[in-house]
Amino acid sequence: MKLEIKNLVKKFESVTAVNNISFTLEKNSTLGLLGPNGCGKTTSIGMMLGLITPTSGKIYINDIVLEPKNRIELLTMINFASPYIELPKKLTVKQNLEVYARLYGVKKIYERLSELVEDLNLQKFLNKKTGELSSGQKNRVSLAKSLINKPKLLFLDEPTASLDPDVGDFVREYIETYKKNNELTILLASHNMKEVERLCDKVVMMKQGEIVDSGTCGELIKKHGRTNLEDTFLKIARSKNELG
Amino acid sequence: MNWGKVFALSLRHIYLIKGSFPRILDLIYWPTIQIFLWGFISKFFTLSSSYFENTVGIILSAAILYDFLFRSSISYNMMFLEEIWSRNFTNLFIAPIKLSEIITALTFTAIFRTLIGLVPAALIAIPLFGVSIFKIGAPLIFLLITLYIFGVTLGLLVTAGLVRFGPSFENIAWASLFFLAPLGCIYYPIEILPEWLQVIAKLLPLVHIFEEMRNILIHDIINYSQILKAIFISFLYFLIGILIFYLSYNGAKNRGTLINMGE
Repeated sequence: MKLEIKNLVKKFESVTAVNNISFTLEKNSTLGLLGPNGCGKTTSIGMMLGLITPTSGKIYINDIVLEPKNRIELLTMINFASPYIELPKKLTVKQNLEVYARLYGVKKIYERLSELVEDLNLQKFLNKKTGELSSGQKNRVSLAKSLINKPKLLFLDEPTASLDPDVGDFVREYIETYKKNNELTILLASHNMKEVERLCDKVVMMKQGEIVDSGTCGELIKKHGRTNLEDTFLKIARSKNELG
Repeated sequence: MNWGKVFALSLRHIYLIKGSFPRILDLIYWPTIQIFLWGFISKFFTLSSSYFENTVGIILSAAILYDFLFRSSISYNMMFLEEIWSRNFTNLFIAPIKLSEIITALTFTAIFRTLIGLVPAALIAIPLFGVSIFKIGAPLIFLLITLYIFGVTLGLLVTAGLVRFGPSFENIAWASLFFLAPLGCIYYPIEILPEWLQVIAKLLPLVHIFEEMRNILIHDIINYSQILKAIFISFLYFLIGILIFYLSYNGAKNRGTLINMGE
């Protein structure tokens, strides 16, 4: 699924949260959306999910403009995972996944559940209440929910935040493997630069609501004269207002 | 309307109720307490006054019907608040489910929650105080439907407020029904109110419902035009409630509050 953002703007009264951003995410590729806190990443993702109405600009999904009238139809092929949103804590993992499978209109619900349970090692806590799980377990369940409908476009907001290195690596490896075996385009917002280098084909750097740079990780590192993406990120984030 | 999705959302709340005995107990507890409280108070009135032979029956029936309204509204709000409290709000609103399907699911599931609480309370009143709400007869169905539509409408309006103003609107959810209760003429006839308040009260379906309940229980008269009026008013408010909910939703999308709605 191809995602194209054209001149997207979001103003909240006098504050411009997203200022005229444009980029293209090619089918089956992974794009990293980077930037310091408050730079407009979440607002941008919100607009791409149809949760926030843009002030101006267009979002194209497979060359179709995202509008209120086609949002539901497009959402059947999209999903989202973030550690900042959760599944109902009092429901078991199985109940939550079943509910979401039904909401996404999954045809063979229990077959799909079995696949995800096996792939993400959810067996041991499948009948446990979601609120009783550890961060790592919750994260895997959230990932399972985000893949329940076999999305063609997946938004991941800091998918490994607050995970220990072992679970973080498991999640990254799973995403890599899943992507190899399935048709999937990913937009990844992350503050983990190693993760971005590992997973992303291209990176878009945001600052104060604007795109300040973009390219492959290698291109950006070279352009800013650094040795890794983390230093490159720091250089861009700490640079004084060079926008406009 | 995709009924599979409506069922899915209802299932989420049924699982929640089914999985927690204290939650079921809580649903039953408050209506039952109401019955005990009003039952004993009205029994005391009967002993001290000869105004109505059937004081206990009238007051208890009013209490049961009012609780039905209260529970349907609160059930609706609670289900929406559950999504906010559990930080599931964003997951729900990025799922391919229409607003109309969310409203339908909450409306149908609210009746389930309401009946869990009310049926035991209504049954307890029969042996304990010799009062059966079922004495109202067939009109009871219409009165309950009208109360339910109005209860859900109030729930919708509070929910619209939650979407518009966020969780800080929660307190209004609890206060909304107490605000309307004095105007609803639940336990007393409309003539008790000053004339100017009577005009406002008649704009609410509650007055017509509870006046009709008293008509049936005291005079044994069924006034279907009053019942129809109550249904019409309730339905009108329901449509207004839906409209306000849609406006709030679109307003929330403009303000960007849907993406990080949580406690």
